[in-house]
Amino acid sequence: MSEEKGALIKVRHLSKSFGGVKAVSNVSFDLLEGEVLGVIGPNGSGKTTLVNIITGFLKPDAGEVVFKGKRITGLPPYKVADLGVARTFQIVRPYLSLKSYKNLIVPLWSPRARRFAGSRGGDRDAVAIDLLEEVGFERDAYVPYKLASALPLGYLKRLELARCLALRPEVIICDEVFSGLSMSEIASMLPLIERLRMKGATLIMVEHRLRELFRVAHKVLMLDFGEKIAEGEPEQVMQDERVKGAYLGEEIEL
Amino acid sequence: MAGEERRKERLDRGIKARSEGLYAISSWREVGYLLAPRAGLIVVLLLAPLVVPSLYWQRVLGLAGVYALLALSFDFLAERVGLVCIGGAFMIGVGGYVSGVLNFYFGLPVALTIPVGTLGGAMICTLLWLPCLPLRGIYFAVVTFMFPFLATSVILAGGFFRGTEGLSPIAGFPNIWVAVYLILVIVLLAIFGLRRLCGEDIGIVLAGIKDNDQAVLASGINLTRVKVYALFIGTLMGCFAGAFVAHFFGFVGLSLFAVDFSIMPIAACIMGGPGTMAGPVVGAFILAPLSELLRGFGQLRVVLYCAVLVAFILFKPEGLLNWAARKYHQFEHWVKV
Repeated sequence: MSEEKGALIKVRHLSKSFGGVKAVSNVSFDLLEGEVLGVIGPNGSGKTTLVNIITGFLKPDAGEVVFKGKRITGLPPYKVADLGVARTFQIVRPYLSLKSYKNLIVPLWSPRARRFAGSRGGDRDAVAIDLLEEVGFERDAYVPYKLASALPLGYLKRLELARCLALRPEVIICDEVFSGLSMSEIASMLPLIERLRMKGATLIMVEHRLRELFRVAHKVLMLDFGEKIAEGEPEQVMQDERVKGAYLGEEIEL
Repeated sequence: MAGEERRKERLDRGIKARSEGLYAISSWREVGYLLAPRAGLIVVLLLAPLVVPSLYWQRVLGLAGVYALLALSFDFLAERVGLVCIGGAFMIGVGGYVSGVLNFYFGLPVALTIPVGTLGGAMICTLLWLPCLPLRGIYFAVVTFMFPFLATSVILAGGFFRGTEGLSPIAGFPNIWVAVYLILVIVLLAIFGLRRLCGEDIGIVLAGIKDNDQAVLASGINLTRVKVYALFIGTLMGCFAGAFVAHFFGFVGLSLFAVDFSIMPIAACIMGGPGTMAGPVVGAFILAPLSELLRGFGQLRVVLYCAVLVAFILFKPEGLLNWAARKYHQFEHWVKV
């Protein structure tokens, strides 16, 4: 749908081993602007490692990541974020001793956010509260003023997302934003992702919850034992024999 | 009373709620409520040198000020940034040697050696600890704790700055009043300055580093650079104390790297209330005179710090100031469960 815009992120032949385990091996893909890419795969298939490599938290053994024509492999995480690739963590990383809105002061203080800060740049508290309201923190119920340690997981996951949004990123990498959430919490998270998609945000979503993912993803990439075994439209990927095999086991003749 | 359980209920005083936010300035009572603890600290510290009985105790106050600055530095770095730095002795040593050398070899006046010793010392400490900054928690603590021993060995082995003999005489202060009030005013400025800093956005970022440094990294902030800022501020206080000590004692030698300067601030911080800034200062002004009273026991005084440390961690981990703040802001009563 957006071939003319060109790839925002190009991943080429990425490999990473931990000891003898090949966490990611020879993975390549393109992420187009405005595209929502789902990354799926069984536990331990290298999804989070892939995220960590793209965002600079891990150095790959081989291969490269190119963002807008610039090679970003080997850059420290804060520089990758500064260029506009923001990520959430699968295991949430809030600042528990701070109030929720103060959590967002940290990204709003970053050089990238300050470059974007307009007339309200000085009033980071107000910007933070607006951002929290955007991800569904009820201002009327004073949720943004609660300590992060007092929030349930559903809010913390959305706080993670808000931390990314505060950076005005060009790409958001969501590492399992639905995992560990109750059905009602998922029901309040999904519209956020859908709204981001409507606005034309570019997303990589690492996900286990296929039903929710397929509602938002344009394209899906399947990893198994670190290798890319399928890529394409969601329906097409799910018909793939190897994908079925990885999730459900191979059919065997008795 | 069998079968009847009670628990303590705490409620905020009305005046606490009324004096939160801008409305506090609408009434003298609320203004007074907010100002009283702060003014109390300032008045007590500034009156202390006038009240104490002798020159000896005035000197003890000066030394307590030194420990207070170290405790502040420890509290700021450990509780507000998450860098547990127990190299107080190294800051004292570096600050002291820089200003002592400038005075002894180059004859610079005190008014110049103290600022240079403070800034230069802080730069040296920050640069030397820069490679250790990726370390967290106990690992950073261990490395910083080793630095004074390292410095002692280097000075001994190389015979630098007249080795064990030390540099003496170093120019002193014009009189005891200048010395004591200099350190007390700096302590007060440091408390209120740091509290202000921690309330600013940069202070929130520092608190974020303590809670979760990976998330700070993912927010596009150069973690090491921010830690360097914090470390520089922390060592600034320690090195000022060092430069002060050099002129206060009129002597610069290996005793500046004494382990007391590293351990006592921790005890003062735990005793006074970690993370409160004013608490560690209060702790230092209690512990330092107490330790002077026990001077006869020599090195056994370290046992005192350890006993205080253990007792407070076990029985009052919140520290004196947090306890006092609770009493000030809340009232308690027993309710039946």
